Amino acid sequence: MTVTFPQKGLPWLLLLPQLLVTAIFFLWPAEQALEQAFYQEDAFGLSREFIGLENFIDLFTDPLYYQSMLTTLVFSFSVAIVGMSLALFLAVMADRVIRGKLAYQTLLIWPYAVAPVLAGVLWWILFDPSMGPIALWLKSAGVDWNHYLDGNQAMILVVIASTWKQISYNFLFFLAGLQAVPRSLIEAAAIDGASPFKRFWTIVFPLLSPTTFFLLVVNLVYAFFETFGVIDATTKGGPGQSTTTLVYKVFDDGFVGLDLGGSAAQSVVLMAIVGLMTVIQFRFIERKVQYS
Amino acid sequence: MHNLKLASVVVGLSMASSAFAATQVEWWHAMGGANGEKVNEIAKAFNDSQSDYEVKPVYKGNYTETMTSAIAAFRAKQQPAIVQVFEVGTASMMAAEGAIYPVYKLMKDSGQAFDESAYLSAVTGYYSNTDGEMLSMPFNSSTPVLYYNKDLFKKAGISQAPKTWQEVESVSKKLLASGVSCGFTTAWQSWVQLENLSARHNVPFATLENGFAGLGTEFKFNGPLQVAHIEKMGEWQKSGIFSYSGRTNDGAAKFYSQECAMFTESSAGYAGIKRNATFDFGVSELPYWEGKVKQPSNTIIGGASLWVLQGHSKEEYKGVASFLSYLSKASVQADWHQFSGYLPITKAAYDLTKEQGFYKANPGTETGVKQMTTGTPTANTKGLRFGNFVQVRGIIDEALESVWSGKVDAQTALNTAVERGNAQLRRFEKANK
Repeated sequence: MTVTFPQKGLPWLLLLPQLLVTAIFFLWPAEQALEQAFYQEDAFGLSREFIGLENFIDLFTDPLYYQSMLTTLVFSFSVAIVGMSLALFLAVMADRVIRGKLAYQTLLIWPYAVAPVLAGVLWWILFDPSMGPIALWLKSAGVDWNHYLDGNQAMILVVIASTWKQISYNFLFFLAGLQAVPRSLIEAAAIDGASPFKRFWTIVFPLLSPTTFFLLVVNLVYAFFETFGVIDATTKGGPGQSTTTLVYKVFDDGFVGLDLGGSAAQSVVLMAIVGLMTVIQFRFIERKVQYS
Repeated sequence: MHNLKLASVVVGLSMASSAFAATQVEWWHAMGGANGEKVNEIAKAFNDSQSDYEVKPVYKGNYTETMTSAIAAFRAKQQPAIVQVFEVGTASMMAAEGAIYPVYKLMKDSGQAFDESAYLSAVTGYYSNTDGEMLSMPFNSSTPVLYYNKDLFKKAGISQAPKTWQEVESVSKKLLASGVSCGFTTAWQSWVQLENLSARHNVPFATLENGFAGLGTEFKFNGPLQVAHIEKMGEWQKSGIFSYSGRTNDGAAKFYSQECAMFTESSAGYAGIKRNATFDFGVSELPYWEGKVKQPSNTIIGGASLWVLQGHSKEEYKGVASFLSYLSKASVQADWHQFSGYLPITKAAYDLTKEQGFYKANPGTETGVKQMTTGTPTANTKGLRFGNFVQVRGIIDEALESVWSGKVDAQTALNTAVERGNAQLRRFEKANK
């Protein structure tokens, strides 16, 4: 059934606020970035020179840029997968709790309210090689923890710090998803003698797939775009370039290094990558999603 | 007639109000914590000392944030009259000729007495053009020194602080043998272990007088001295003599916890170390390699200076000029130096601090001043001036980290850093020609 409006103006009027927000906070800056990417400009904006594709050529002839892409992929998928599996596990557990349910749920949602940079600093302190409690505990367990030197450990640290915050968000959606699974289905399966494990994988998990898919997209976008604060507060992209993700490089070159043209070119590339990824996800992964 | 009367009243009123309301001068700075409070105190003292101008200090976050917000404000035509910019931002500020009001010119235009020779040349050299004219007003300058744990030294049977890197090695071996887990760690590795290493041995860090003589400068820090030093530090990292602790000054934690017995860090770190050290510590000059230089040269400075931005009224600039003169007064400078641990910027402030007996009462605080003022600065020791230096420091950090972790040898790492750094210099040259 389609709803028809008597006049053409009203739907546009109702859409207007959202359209305005999109135009001002997304389209306009995106257009600015696109334009800036073709210029070289000094920090103060006193002189500006059109240089064509040079910013892009600089980027794509730099082997470190490809390295950074790889780092970003490893980082983003780690954040998405670790964050979602832990959140799913917690949601399943919290769904079973009967007494003190609200308290558990509230506590699990709490980290979401922490600002990214704060989350970064928190984990940075916990893992500080000379005084962080977790680092000291790891040392006593025989792990030589020093993320200032070891690129893999630095990566683990930024993944933990970025994931921790996102778990709450994922948890909330998974919990809502779980509560929407009809009890009758699960009970019927139980009567048929399916183990809890089997019930989860054959009934609950497929029914959760729209939620899972939605969260995958959201988590990847989060890892791609919103994690530079965490990285800045924990590793500053180091050691070497082992935690320099694409978005951190955009931030670092643009806001710290004041190279606006180069930074804009990078954000255009990043925009293209995320656009492409989203299309791929909707094309191929969404087919496996069962909506009802 | 009626209107005329009214007009005269209005004119009279507005004249009266301009006589009462002081001209406001905004000052954006990056001094947090205790130093930030001191900045407010200085501004208040200036405001109380006269009634024409009112300086309003505004804390804008760390150095990078302060500089970025000032630049963004400039682009939006909302810039403050004075902004504090860290030393690595100097070249960017200098190149922005239409955005800055050189301090020497400001002082001349506003008729303030201004004698450049009253300032310490090692400090002002960093912020002067090739004609020796001061473009910005040094505010907080520091230089790297060696802090050492006297208690651990005593336990290991060492009586003196090491003067040379050879001694650092031998002393560290004794310390390790006595049960200490690390000889030394460093803050700001590029600044201390490459930039100041080069200056101390009077070796160029880059061509064209370390960038002072033009934007066409090229890096030279992959020379034999630097490579030998970094290679040695890479070995020391393996043997425990050196322990890497990050790009900024996080290594302080290793020094406080007595994990490392020595710490090369800014002279301005003194106050923090004094507050946090639960042991007796000493301050000594930054070591040099014996045999590589006869008499070690002066070290170069870090820290920040105050830049005046274009786009304000004449009246405001008069206020800025009189505030900058006030800041340079020996009593104000000496107080700031003694409180913050930053170096004094005028000879008079240094002498006054000496007279007041501050150095005697606080042993070690004079080390940085002495080290920075040894001899006359040469082309290799008067400072560094590179565009995109913030990124270059990042590139150097990456190169050094790859040496510390044993992935790459020192020569290769420094060659790569020079090459990548030069690309940054060329980008800057192109954007600012």
